[in-house]
Amino acid sequence: MSDDLTLAGRSGAEPPRSRPARTGEPLLRAENLTKHFPIMGGFPFKRKVGEVQAVSGIDLDVHPGESFGLVGESGCGKSTTGRLLTRLLEPTDGKITYAGRDITHAGRKELAPIRSEIQMIFQDPYSSLNPRQTVGAIIGGPMEVNRINPPGGREKRIRELLETVGLNPEHYNRFPHEFSGGQRQRIGVARALALEPKLIVADEPVSALDVSIQAQVVNLLQKVQREMGIAFVFIAHDLAIVRHFSERVAVMYLGKVVEVGDREAIYNRPRHPYTHALLSAVPEAVLTEDTGGRGEAKERIRLAGDVPSPINPPSGCRFRTRCWKAQDKCATTEPPLVQIAGNTAGHLTACHFPEDPTTAARGEDIVMDKALREMEDAAPADDTAKTA
Amino acid sequence: MTTLTKEADVPAPREVDGKDAFLSVRDLYVHFDTEDGTVKAVDGLSFDVERGRTLGIVGESGSGKSVTNLSILGLHNPRTTSVSGKILLDGQELTGAREKTLETLRGNKMAMIFQDALTALSPYYTIGRQIAEPYRKHMGVSKREAHLRAVEMLDKVGIPNARTRVNDYPHQFSGGMRQRAMIAMALVCNPDLLIADEPTTALDVTVQAQILDLLKDLQQEFGSAIIFITHDLGVIANVADDILVMYGGRAVERGTVTEVLRSPQHPYTWGLLSSMPRLTGDVNEELTPIHGTPPSLLSPPPGCAFHPRCGFADEVAGTSCATDRPLLPAGRGAACHLTAEQRRTLFNEQIKPRLS
Repeated sequence: MSDDLTLAGRSGAEPPRSRPARTGEPLLRAENLTKHFPIMGGFPFKRKVGEVQAVSGIDLDVHPGESFGLVGESGCGKSTTGRLLTRLLEPTDGKITYAGRDITHAGRKELAPIRSEIQMIFQDPYSSLNPRQTVGAIIGGPMEVNRINPPGGREKRIRELLETVGLNPEHYNRFPHEFSGGQRQRIGVARALALEPKLIVADEPVSALDVSIQAQVVNLLQKVQREMGIAFVFIAHDLAIVRHFSERVAVMYLGKVVEVGDREAIYNRPRHPYTHALLSAVPEAVLTEDTGGRGEAKERIRLAGDVPSPINPPSGCRFRTRCWKAQDKCATTEPPLVQIAGNTAGHLTACHFPEDPTTAARGEDIVMDKALREMEDAAPADDTAKTA
Repeated sequence: MTTLTKEADVPAPREVDGKDAFLSVRDLYVHFDTEDGTVKAVDGLSFDVERGRTLGIVGESGSGKSVTNLSILGLHNPRTTSVSGKILLDGQELTGAREKTLETLRGNKMAMIFQDALTALSPYYTIGRQIAEPYRKHMGVSKREAHLRAVEMLDKVGIPNARTRVNDYPHQFSGGMRQRAMIAMALVCNPDLLIADEPTTALDVTVQAQILDLLKDLQQEFGSAIIFITHDLGVIANVADDILVMYGGRAVERGTVTEVLRSPQHPYTWGLLSSMPRLTGDVNEELTPIHGTPPSLLSPPPGCAFHPRCGFADEVAGTSCATDRPLLPAGRGAACHLTAEQRRTLFNEQIKPRLS
């Protein structure tokens, strides 16, 4: 159990992170993707009394070999999106095209060949592995289902896969409970790789792991993505990890994509107020040199309350109930996801009143929370006094 | 079995700099007897917390950070747990204290905020009743006064329409509001010591930011000492004044927030800092994980608990890493066999470039 978990077979020369320009056909395209879950209730006969609007019309493109990040808070629909893209769920509306084929309502038979090309890595490494199967059977399962017999036999291939993900090939006959969380997640990765997929949807692949183990798995996924040229949809709530992993990032809020763009655009030149709020809320273990304490030269935005319920989302712009720039227009007209003036190509924002493209500290903090505002008005500039 | 420590006739230990430590923990051992053997969850831990300051305890799961704080509150089952060492709260010995004594302190002089508010709150009683209960018990006030106090506290922690929401049940609150209600419950008697055990881990980042700021502001107002437990160094950088890094049931590094984050001294702290991606870091730079997995507390490695995962154990002359347990000096320092000179050079040459 005390195996060294370093990456096995790390190639000496690190390929530079240059990607071919995103031209040509996307591998996977979602248009106006929508998923509403019915809420059943009533007596004596259950009928539909409402619906949870988990995903409400999002457009996404994932290009071959690209790593695409999906961030947002809990309940924003990012996991549902992942499950729609892998067609574990059937969309209520919209269209999903995979390599030019419409798979929106494809049946089991039609999906079978595509299923081997789109794989998924799940969040919980404990519940996503069958405790009664050996590691060999778990990783070999996809090959068995698809009747694939690699040259040299399945077992040889499974041992290779174990080595690729940094596990000992001798552990072929062990059971999942004999492994730690990080090692189990590696088994999940090996299973996803078994069929040499073109696209992997990773739904919070590291959030259940310890801090020191997270980096091991992130490095492994990155190695897989770069060396095998697999496209990734990386779903996570941790903004720093998504930034590290993804070339293009979409920010979701309450079932909608509010902003999408290159990593650089989203993290350095965000325009949507929600992206600003999200970035400013990330606690960072960095103390800046000039201030000599906390108080980074970063903007500080504190929203009030939680994300509204997706059962009855706000009209117009869904963020308006927590937004400091909201005006009447926001309640009546839903802002389209477009390239607003001043943005680079591919950087789309859904906002009527976008923010300046910077994350630097502003003259005054934005504090929407009532309790915070009251206390801070009562005792101004306490932070600086405390650190001194 | 609770091991009773004889009340020694030496005065309570003082801080090095002469200030009174409000809570002082000395040589704390918490062991659990299980079928597989004795789990050494906390293995000789000492620290102090002063009034009005926040001590951040960082560590991975199984490092003993929660167990330490449950033993301060005396919440372990005495039949299966052996607690030894000294826990002095304002000069009062808590290890082996009678349940009656602890009851008068819990919720009154010391209070705790738990990670998962939904399981920590009772689904059977209204939020208001749960907040009012400790206030009634400790202050001996009437039901009505306690109810008003509950409304006041909910209002203070920023629950809208506190007057009506006070009669809601926990399931009617959202995650962030529940955590606020828990904070209100912990603060209702103005405790001098507040223990927050991963209070924001289950929350979204925008809500986490609200709660962290709220705790900071409330501390300004109430002047409580806070012990803040988390695995997230980013959160620690935001709230703490002092940091204690724990690994395998022991403290491995201690210092002020600036000292530990600017010039960390222990290889484990280096590992934690360089394995975290940053919002401003170089994305082409690979993360540097800590090799291996956290130790089993049933049979922790001999010597330094971190040595099997440590990348710098070779730098130490001889085999002391595997045989001798390094001591954590009082005040600023790290429990490591590397010399101070070695640590400074290693940090400046190898670790610092990775962090910028």
